[in-house]
Amino acid sequence: MPNPDPPTAGAWQDLPEDGVRRFDDELAPILRRYPEDRRASAMLPALRLGQEIFSHLTPAVMALAADRLGVSPARAEEVATFYVMFHTRPVGRHVVEVCTNVSCCLSGADRIYQALKEQLGVENGGTTADGRVTLREVECLGSCGTAPAMLVDGEMEEGLTLEKVERTVGDLK
Amino acid sequence: MTDTLILTARWGEKDTHTLASYRAAGGYAALEKALGLAPAAIVEEVKISNLRGRGGAGFATGLKWSFLPKDVRPRYLTVNADESEPGTFKDRYILEYEPHMLIEGIALTCYANDIHTAYVYVRGEFARQARVLEAALAEAYQAKILGPRLLGKAEFALDVYVHRGAGAYICGEESALLESLEGKKGYPRLKPPFPAVIGLYGRPTIINNVETLANIPWIVMNGGKAFAALGVGKSGGTRLFCVSGHVNRPGVYEKPVHYNLKKLIMEDCGGNLGGRAVKAVIPGGSSAPVLSASEIDVSMEFDALKAAGTMAGSGGVIVMDDSTCLVRALWRIAKFYAEESCGQCTPCREGCPWMEGVLERMEHGEGQAGDVDKLLQMANNIGGQTICPLGDAAAMPVQSFLKKFRPEFERHLAERRCPFGGEAWGRTQGTRPAFIGPAKS
Repeated sequence: MPNPDPPTAGAWQDLPEDGVRRFDDELAPILRRYPEDRRASAMLPALRLGQEIFSHLTPAVMALAADRLGVSPARAEEVATFYVMFHTRPVGRHVVEVCTNVSCCLSGADRIYQALKEQLGVENGGTTADGRVTLREVECLGSCGTAPAMLVDGEMEEGLTLEKVERTVGDLK
Repeated sequence: MTDTLILTARWGEKDTHTLASYRAAGGYAALEKALGLAPAAIVEEVKISNLRGRGGAGFATGLKWSFLPKDVRPRYLTVNADESEPGTFKDRYILEYEPHMLIEGIALTCYANDIHTAYVYVRGEFARQARVLEAALAEAYQAKILGPRLLGKAEFALDVYVHRGAGAYICGEESALLESLEGKKGYPRLKPPFPAVIGLYGRPTIINNVETLANIPWIVMNGGKAFAALGVGKSGGTRLFCVSGHVNRPGVYEKPVHYNLKKLIMEDCGGNLGGRAVKAVIPGGSSAPVLSASEIDVSMEFDALKAAGTMAGSGGVIVMDDSTCLVRALWRIAKFYAEESCGQCTPCREGCPWMEGVLERMEHGEGQAGDVDKLLQMANNIGGQTICPLGDAAAMPVQSFLKKFRPEFERHLAERRCPFGGEAWGRTQGTRPAFIGPAKS
């Protein structure tokens, strides 16, 4: 599907100045990890940083990363839409990601995921009406021995039970 | 048989991730020793050790190193910490408990191969593990182990950087990993040329798995021969087996590379939950062909499992008991590959979601006559037809499940329902203690 709102080169100039300044400050040490003529290598960390500062990757944020790395905005968008940890649409204040791959499901993850959908009243990828939580079903998190597992705002929670999950998610503000 | 623990001896103990703790346990002595050796002698020891790659392909590590062209510089080392194969959860614990063991392995590998820059590609979801590794690297720089002079004395500069992924299974494939490290989407490259010749930034590049490299300090300290003696034939050492699913004690078990699969499940892991019977076992991560209960009395060594028609892969052992609906299990596996196909090759991009769809309708009693053969046909048209092994990885589970458990699939079609009901799959096991290293047992 064609993107109705593709990033354009100068779009980043509409971003709040303090955010752009923080982006530049934090990107500088990251750039030193890669050869000088290979700045584009920092695309993943740059987009992660952009997402952290501006909450999700709007065309303007993608354009900012592209501008600083010396590549076209299309390249930034291509990367932003390829990796599942990048959000190109708004998400809730918290993101809960439940693994439902084989090992987790053998330990009851399906039931946990279903219960969370009911508790939050959302489907996969949905955000609660109050903007509190976005719920996603994700692939193997590498916690199969301590299954089931989920990520809450990027941090791993393992050895889940229905009660534990409902409490954890209920407590998110 | 031996009880030697190379990687897991200290897992679960307090503060093992710190430099002080690692040093107190004899850490960095191998690097000290190596600096008195010719680099070529280290490569030779690794060849003698019969160390084979622990990421999935099981390729001989020393041989891989020897593919670097003699006179092209710079060369790079990239460490594959993109652990994402379903059922695999070992590298994360090396990063958590023994990050300095990995760093020492990296330093030794770089010294042996005249490499001055290494990147550790850590999957994006491993936020905590990346933080632990970053902290360990900072300590190593502070102590002048890394930096302009290796261990503060050798005329050898080494920089090691963490590069975090952002959620893409395909980036565990070595050439996709390089693309991702260059700041692009993870589209695998055509091979040849292999990364050893044209890798990162078009330069010769070694790509090794975390567990593979963490073995190097022990090999340098104790000799390749001693490492080879822990294993059998052309496979040396111990390896980390990750057991998940329906067992009483899941976890990571460090065993000789040729350890018996049945023994691992029935003795080390305490058998199946509730004393049920084993129905099926995936021995090397979700891509590996499944084994039926009658086939699990087998050595887990690479060539032995290959002879048994499957593969040792990443060491991820997934155990399913007789309550498991294998149509449902295969559907979930197919869904994973459909989700993770990068989209570059048509057979995989189109075929994986198609297989998923057929399995889904079969599980929900909506399968159609001929679906089993159709699935086989699809799998056969994906396997071997794609740039990277993800296509094969998607095809192999389908081919093997159908070959070994075909009646169960036919039954779903004949009865137009899942004979197991939804309960079996969704059954909550509660939390079992996982065996993560001997110190916690």
